[in-house]
Amino acid sequence: MIVAEQKPLEAIRQMIAPYHRVLILGCGTCMTVCDAGGEREVSFLHSSLRLIQAKSGEEPHIFSEYILKRQCDPEFIDLLVDKVSDVDAILSLGCGIGVQAIAERFTDMPVLPGVNTSFMGMAKEWGVWDERCAACGDCRLEDTAGICPITRCTKGILNGPCAGAKNGKCEASKDMECAWILIYKRLERLQQLEKMRRYYPPRNFRAVPRPRRLVKKVSVGAGESDG
Amino acid sequence: MANSLFEEKLYSGTFLVTTEVGPPKGVDVSELIHHVELLKDKVDAINVTDHQSSVMRFPSLGGCLLVKELGGEPILQVTCRDRNRLALQADLLFAYSRDVRNVLCLTGDSIDVGDHREAKPVFDLDSIQLLKAIKTLESGTDMAGNELKSAPKFCVGASVHPEADFIEPQLVKFDKKVAAGAQFFQTQGIFDLASLRRFMQYASQFNVKILAGIIVLASARMARYMNENVPGIIVCQAIIDELAAVEKGKGLQKGIEIAARLIKAIRDERLCHGVHVMAVGNEGIVPEILEAAELAGVSR
Repeated sequence: MIVAEQKPLEAIRQMIAPYHRVLILGCGTCMTVCDAGGEREVSFLHSSLRLIQAKSGEEPHIFSEYILKRQCDPEFIDLLVDKVSDVDAILSLGCGIGVQAIAERFTDMPVLPGVNTSFMGMAKEWGVWDERCAACGDCRLEDTAGICPITRCTKGILNGPCAGAKNGKCEASKDMECAWILIYKRLERLQQLEKMRRYYPPRNFRAVPRPRRLVKKVSVGAGESDG
Repeated sequence: MANSLFEEKLYSGTFLVTTEVGPPKGVDVSELIHHVELLKDKVDAINVTDHQSSVMRFPSLGGCLLVKELGGEPILQVTCRDRNRLALQADLLFAYSRDVRNVLCLTGDSIDVGDHREAKPVFDLDSIQLLKAIKTLESGTDMAGNELKSAPKFCVGASVHPEADFIEPQLVKFDKKVAAGAQFFQTQGIFDLASLRRFMQYASQFNVKILAGIIVLASARMARYMNENVPGIIVCQAIIDELAAVEKGKGLQKGIEIAARLIKAIRDERLCHGVHVMAVGNEGIVPEILEAAELAGVSR
């Protein structure tokens, strides 16, 4: 899933300052799971902003709240149409994709990002998420025992470890495991060390020109087709 | 015919001695010039570091040109941290055109250990892919397969870490570097000759020249600092204790003694093909170390 964290309250306060009526818009998918912008966070942010406002004596904003099931999906965004007619800006607690999807749909409406979208990852324990995928578009996990060197090696190198690790930890941070040592050990356990001995050529960045677009190829074998 | 003076020496059977200089942060190259003049006739080649420890400095290539101008034999250190494949290939073409013919291919330290921690890490290639890229240029095309107007030819080296605390993947990488065309290796700092002996038992099956890296320590504090902060470097406790035992102000003298002792032992035992002396900021003392190791003479 996509992992994000909410921007500092002060940054959000400054961002919304020019707008009187602000819709705080949560997202019911990834942002809910990573505790950055689900129903609970929307409600909490709403209360916090009102509290700050009451203390500061500034001209009060008028806040409203809404949660979309997914901000990145046009089907759900349509549900917003009557929620935005009487607001001056949308403070989206969706990921960067959500913010842009909303902005694309409501061309005259300022859409403000309430979270910093961090990475694609997974929950390690309560309140801890780890990055796992860089969406490089050329998955090589088969060759690396299911451990991604592009994401988990700080240098993203493909032919084995640099010489910087100590005690199995990365030279960039003593809190990070050296991905290549993990890969070596797991390949050894799987009796596939020959995969480590192969030469891997430089990455093909052309496989992923930005921005990327994915068009689903219609599968005829799967039953009905569009013809 | 050899591609460079250093390549000629590499296959001459003499015990090789290289050292390295770090370019300045700034445009005052007087100290660099001083060190090159001091060292050029006492060693077989001088490496010029490429933003060592990810600290932005005067470039390696510029330093190599200076070494050339002063009559020395430079080894261009090239890391993959700061340049993509276009820039790396271009620098290599330029280096060749200016008679800089020895190249040490390195992945490069992480941006996170240096002084520009917000910079974008490049690593478009890794050290092995860089070695391959050089072989490609030498074959007359660039990495995209386009023909070059006349091809360069280099003497290429790489690094290896015999004292890594988990050696197996390092050896796999060593094999791949040899297969990718590395002719010589300058190792990460060696402090324990037992690990070098073990490594050489393995490495001697390959037709490559190994120069043992000798880091000159100036104090126990420096050794501990390196263990804590410098990627990969592991100074063993025996050396730290030895440095800690001397009175204040005598650390560097002890460091010179230790370095000379290691070099002499490597030379006497013919443990490997040479040494690469890294004086990290104390380049001026390298002649003294070679003297103490009885390597100062021309015939080795």
